[in-house]
Amino acid sequence: MSTELEQFYEVFFEESSELLAEMEACLLGLDLSSPDPEDLNAIFRAAHSIKGGAGTFGFTDMTEMTHMLESLLDKLRKGEIEIRSEMIDTFLRAGDIIKGQLAAHRGDGAADEAAAAEVSNELKQFSEETTEALNIDKESTSSTTEQPDHKPNEAKNVVVESLPATSKTEQVSFNIEFSSSGINSKSLENLFSNLSDLGKFEKLLVSDKEQNCKLRLTTYTCEENIWEALAFVVNPSQLKIEKASQTEAHTSTKLDVSSSIQIDEITSDKPSKTAVETENSACEPYGFFSGAPAAPIETEKKVKTESHSDPSVEQNILEEKSFPTDTINSLPIQKQSKPNAPTTETTSIRVSIEKVDQMINLVGELVITQAMLAQTASEVDPVIYEKLNNGMNQLERNTRNLQEAVMSIRMLPISFVFSRYPRVVHDLASKLDKKVELKTVGEGTELDKGLIEKIADPLTHLVRNSLDHGIELPEKRIATGKVAKGTITLRAFHQGGSIVIEVGDDGAGLNREKIMAKATERGISIHEGMSDQEVWMLIFEPGFSTAEKVTDVSGRGVGMDVVKRNIKDMGGRIEIDSVQGVGTRITIRLPLTLAILDGLSVAVGDQMFIVPLTYITESLQIKNTDIKTVNGVGRVVHVRGDYLPVIALHEIFNIKPNATRIEDGILIILDAEGHKAAMFVDALIGQHQVVIKSLENNYRRVMGVSGATIMGDGKVALILDTTGLVMASHKDSL
Amino acid sequence: MSLQQTVTSIDSVSSAANQVLNEFLTFRLGNEEYGIDILKVQEIRGYDAITQIANSPEFIKGVVNLRGIIVPIIDMRIKFKLGVAEYDQFTVVIILNVSGRVMGIVVDGVSDVINLDIDQVRATPDFGSVIDTKYIMGLGTADERMLILVDIEKLMTSEDMGLVDQTLN
Repeated sequence: MSTELEQFYEVFFEESSELLAEMEACLLGLDLSSPDPEDLNAIFRAAHSIKGGAGTFGFTDMTEMTHMLESLLDKLRKGEIEIRSEMIDTFLRAGDIIKGQLAAHRGDGAADEAAAAEVSNELKQFSEETTEALNIDKESTSSTTEQPDHKPNEAKNVVVESLPATSKTEQVSFNIEFSSSGINSKSLENLFSNLSDLGKFEKLLVSDKEQNCKLRLTTYTCEENIWEALAFVVNPSQLKIEKASQTEAHTSTKLDVSSSIQIDEITSDKPSKTAVETENSACEPYGFFSGAPAAPIETEKKVKTESHSDPSVEQNILEEKSFPTDTINSLPIQKQSKPNAPTTETTSIRVSIEKVDQMINLVGELVITQAMLAQTASEVDPVIYEKLNNGMNQLERNTRNLQEAVMSIRMLPISFVFSRYPRVVHDLASKLDKKVELKTVGEGTELDKGLIEKIADPLTHLVRNSLDHGIELPEKRIATGKVAKGTITLRAFHQGGSIVIEVGDDGAGLNREKIMAKATERGISIHEGMSDQEVWMLIFEPGFSTAEKVTDVSGRGVGMDVVKRNIKDMGGRIEIDSVQGVGTRITIRLPLTLAILDGLSVAVGDQMFIVPLTYITESLQIKNTDIKTVNGVGRVVHVRGDYLPVIALHEIFNIKPNATRIEDGILIILDAEGHKAAMFVDALIGQHQVVIKSLENNYRRVMGVSGATIMGDGKVALILDTTGLVMASHKDSL
Repeated sequence: MSLQQTVTSIDSVSSAANQVLNEFLTFRLGNEEYGIDILKVQEIRGYDAITQIANSPEFIKGVVNLRGIIVPIIDMRIKFKLGVAEYDQFTVVIILNVSGRVMGIVVDGVSDVINLDIDQVRATPDFGSVIDTKYIMGLGTADERMLILVDIEKLMTSEDMGLVDQTLN
């Protein structure tokens, strides 16, 4: 089994991680005073799906832990226990344990067994608090039977260790009659042993003379399974399976599992319904999910058989996962607390990022080729080649759409990052005895996957910082006339060609004097005339912390400088707004994607350069009189009341320009990080979407150039490092 | 190749093992002939539209688009101080793949590919030339020709080529 199932491991691991994340999100979103049954159901389903998967792969430690979770959740769901906040904490810790176990099975570290035992004890305590009277755990059988290893004994032992194992499913007796003519004794023996695997099995009559067999099987399994077991050997036309009368069933149940009738009475308020239910759900034993062995057996078979022929691994596992949910849905509606679970069909596939990147590259090539064709086609007579022109137009539209579609594959909503912070805030707030609410706005804002991965760490740091330094203790908040509960707001939105992510809090705000004092102490040169903005930026200096005491949360002064560096590496920038006593807001601006850029192509001499459009405010031609010199060297132009330094591209790049005098060429006004400059070029050519290619892959960094791209004619054009150029011009002229 | 055979027959007397050192791609630069390890060569193409890169050394002609990859082009004649290169229809670019990087070198023309035995290679005399001898593996003799065997990988990744950010490595 292991060899066949190994290929599903990875899918299981990923699925489980997702389910855990989902579970965590639901737990944190749970309203303790009136928990939404849908949420509880969702948590339950997540735990159950993980358990099912873990069982299939034989990860018993995970099965146990999820099982405990499930038992408690089930009681919560049915209202047998009131949910309390300690439970949430324990659940969260259990989630962490499962995560650890998952990692361990992945071959990534070892699971913390001691912690696991501790958490499972806690869970047990919670669930025992109200179940002492019942002293029955309803799930144990299901977990036992769900072990698909066909080693029920071993599986049972595992559970028995941790739980009193009793049954919640009802046993049913079947009378089986068939003719054994044409069946050799060996297959008959096999059949008998198979049947005895299913339940308690008695041979009532094995007659060789009349060749009739009468058997009685008392089992948890439904009729269908018995049919299946028999159908391989016995001619179905000669097979008769009858359910033994209800009383018999109950008698045998009583004999076998003394508690099962008790359960009947407890779980269904109207015992009269029991008969109906048993008949209706011959296949479905009591319970909320596939407690019957039928489910896992079928599921496993599916996996096994399909794994040979069907390469769509994903599909198999998804089917497997969704199976229990389906079972729940197909259950006759007998109990109020039964989840009318929405079967969430997963309509996504997992594709490796390399494949996507390869696709993006290919589409980039296609766009270039299309542009080349378009250029050639534009040279022919449009009247004669009308069809060609029409085709070219269509091609252009299609390639552009294709490019957009492909680029959007890499785009992910920022909720992928935001979703981890409720937990961070929850844990940290309880640790610091603060009351904090986390608000997220604009989770649907999409950005490049590469950025998503890189932004997570800096954001975590900012959130922790806000919580630790920003939000005050509840008493202090009340004393200053604020509500006791602080608010941290995470907001994301698009602005122009960039994505803006804000981390805001309504805490104490930054303290100018304190920062200034600290800066002096650390020997950072400051002066009283510094703007607030400049002062706030000091906190990004390495080793800068105004925290009075160093905690394990923050205050060591490492971090903020790392945050700033990370953001800068991503091509973004960071700003702080703060009002003392009101709050702080840290704004991060990032480029939307790392791969594509809107640019204006400009010509200098015979060379072409791309200027990123996001930095351009305007372009204009000016009169000679607007050009001034400073000290006879630095040139500035007078534009709309501002004196802007001139960046002469031909001088920087040593190119012989067509226009040597500024008034002959064109000035592009650039705005980078609040600094303005005028770039002098020969002419503007056009606006393009360009695919950014790295120069550094095969060459190295070039001053003033951030990358390169391939133009429609197949030539390479350099993309200007606008920020670098503007900054350099300010250094030169000031 | 008849030339090759002659060489081998002459040398077979002295070399018992007849060890093949490597295959070399030979190219001309002015009057000199050079050889580089053929395994480092990715392809050979014509010399076409090059985009200059500002403030780069003179021998770096610029970058070209090689099927979507930006590839720097180095003029070996300028690098080896063999006079000013004139570009004509025989000028070719040898695209190299060295230490995971793709780059092109402009040469006057590609001659052929030859096998060299270990004893066809002589040590480089130390003559303090403009080319640091540490990038020359040896002098190969094939027939009447003398081949300057260049360790192209070492040369291309060296600091004085300025092709690779040394800080990155």
